[in-house]
Amino acid sequence: MDYFAQQLINGLVLGSIYGLIAIGYTMVYGIVGMINFAHGDVFMIGGFIALITFLILISLGLTAVPVILLVVLLVAMAITALYGWTIERIAYRPLRHSFRLAPMLSAIGMSFVLTNYSQVAQGARVKPIPPLITGGYTLHESPDGFVIQLSNIQIMVVITTIVLLAIFTWLVSRTRLGRDMRACEQDQTMAALLGVDVDRTISMTFVIGAALAAVAGLMYLLYYGLVDFFMGFVAGIKAFTAAVLGGIGSLPGAMLGGLAIGLIETFWSAYFSVEYKDVAAFSILIVVLIFMPTGLLGRPEVEKV
Amino acid sequence: MNTPSTNTTKPATGIRALLKTAFVNALIALVLFSLMVGIRTEAGSDGQLTYWTRFGEVASLVAAVFGGSIVIELLRQWIGSTGAEKLVPAAVQSGMSFVGRYLAPALLIFTLLVPVIFYDQRYILDLAILVLTYVMLGWGLNVVVGLAGLLDLGYVAFYAVGAYSYALLATNFGWSFWVCLPLAGILAAFWGVLLGFPVLRLRGDYLAIVTLAFGEIIRLVIINWQDLTGGPNGVSSIPRPSFFGIPLDNSDNGFAARLGIEYSPTHRIVFLFYLILALALLTNWVTIRLRRLPIGRAWEALREDEVACRALGINTTTTKLTAFATGAMFGGFAGAFFATRQGFISPESFTFQESALVLAIVVLGGMGSQLGVALAALAMIGGFELFRSLETYRMLVFGMAMVLIMIWRPRGLIGHRAPTVYLTKAQAISSDLVKEGHG
Repeated sequence: MDYFAQQLINGLVLGSIYGLIAIGYTMVYGIVGMINFAHGDVFMIGGFIALITFLILISLGLTAVPVILLVVLLVAMAITALYGWTIERIAYRPLRHSFRLAPMLSAIGMSFVLTNYSQVAQGARVKPIPPLITGGYTLHESPDGFVIQLSNIQIMVVITTIVLLAIFTWLVSRTRLGRDMRACEQDQTMAALLGVDVDRTISMTFVIGAALAAVAGLMYLLYYGLVDFFMGFVAGIKAFTAAVLGGIGSLPGAMLGGLAIGLIETFWSAYFSVEYKDVAAFSILIVVLIFMPTGLLGRPEVEKV
Repeated sequence: MNTPSTNTTKPATGIRALLKTAFVNALIALVLFSLMVGIRTEAGSDGQLTYWTRFGEVASLVAAVFGGSIVIELLRQWIGSTGAEKLVPAAVQSGMSFVGRYLAPALLIFTLLVPVIFYDQRYILDLAILVLTYVMLGWGLNVVVGLAGLLDLGYVAFYAVGAYSYALLATNFGWSFWVCLPLAGILAAFWGVLLGFPVLRLRGDYLAIVTLAFGEIIRLVIINWQDLTGGPNGVSSIPRPSFFGIPLDNSDNGFAARLGIEYSPTHRIVFLFYLILALALLTNWVTIRLRRLPIGRAWEALREDEVACRALGINTTTTKLTAFATGAMFGGFAGAFFATRQGFISPESFTFQESALVLAIVVLGGMGSQLGVALAALAMIGGFELFRSLETYRMLVFGMAMVLIMIWRPRGLIGHRAPTVYLTKAQAISSDLVKEGHG
């Protein structure tokens, strides 16, 4: 039971990270109707930028952890958002009216560019950082000595995720930009006729998605203490699985799917085998797409001729 | 990475606007590269991260973006805002079709003569075998992507199934290559059907992701099922192919001894060359023949419009499945050949990059054009060889090329996908009207 509770905590934390990445997939899919294959690599770039900013701040002599975290968060979000904007500009916008597989193939190419760009720029080796946030709470100690730990990092990951989700939900449901985004999702031509700047809205979608991916990258860096140039691929597929599981196009669905994937992966590793955890995640993707293509919260898709 | 001009709809006119665009792009590039390129991190010997600055590189990259965006903007004004169609004038197009008619036979004759011309150059022969392997993979995937229009991102899975089928059957049971080759193809096709059957109802993008997941699952299972596959260590000492039972080695009843000529290791290379050439041509021949059968017509119809296909009573699931299985079978053949050529296989040869490379060959070749795929494989693998000294930059260039091809010529550089049958009399109805129901 204690072991179960501990895995539940770990799974929820991992799921929060996946959920943040999954939002980027689901938003882009909802508006542009393409799978942004490079999104996992945007997450990786976010992790790298967070790492580099950390190093600079620490070498500048800053010691106040909250200040460091805030600066790193803002810098990582800003620069990664610019990456997201640029990627849309270069690789996706010219293809918006091309045949349907073109943006997907371009996204695969972009994913290779980003992966190898960071390998060339930062080297192939894993980059570890010393733990920045230490300590935690012991929630419960069972008689046989098993301890349920809730570390401060885990608390921080979950709280940051909740805060960001609140801001994000407000953005989509209450602001002008959110309204434009929802309008573009329904009908781009009509939205354009009614004075919505479609290009700008789509750009902003990529910017927001990339910023959330950067937060996920920072969380990953803090939680696991390392980044490497290849981490975007698997994380990206898992986050995509989360988006599909939650119902692609649905924002709460993405978060829900992320939590589900995080929990499934953690429990699978805990009770079955660590080696096959990725196989489990990929199998879920396949099973969901076969039996439940609309996901948990998605709307059924009407096929248009 | 060139940042495009921030002004695509109305081309900037005048030197001021030009400089302004370039300046903005350079500024964006400065922010993008400042941390990722400007600061290089590395884990020291004690695990502590250290960093050093590389502002010179950032400056040159930013300067490159500045210059590049001026050049692109000038080119854009020079060519004008016309579509890609106009880039190729009619005269050139007719000339190309003339060349195209004689290019394929000429290439085939040249390919047949390669071992004769380059008999002493082992490097060129090896490269030619590699190119032909990818030509075959490209033609195999072309059935799935080019003809049936199904985006398959996990093609390498069937390549792996073929390779491991041969490797395991040959090392465990001592079966000969010629027995295993059809088996490898059948097993790969079987896997294609098994994996494809439940998922082929999915639409384009979803199918792509699911096939990608399948490819990764197969690779992960190969890595982790150590008892059977040897895990990351792979399978080694896979038997070399024999000339229909006669070994190509230095022994008394070897190929050279029986013919009474002096033994040379090149014999085996030449044999492998003709073997893969035969396999590739088989793939090509089967594809061309299948295109004329009802099933091939159904594939092309499916590619053009799935809903219309269903309305006409074509069973889309079985049509997709046959395309998937046929493509998988050729992937299996190529895999078996790969295993016997290398003599050693490991999961590292079957990563997603490989799938993407084959897919890029098909896309570059124009999705459906057999000659286009062959030329694309030649260009791609040849290009990779040229960049061999720049190992780390290779995939970077590859990714950029993929994006640029999609932007510049999404229908491929060489070929263009035309249905095998079409109405000779063009109807004067635009697609917009058809969409609205007037067609």
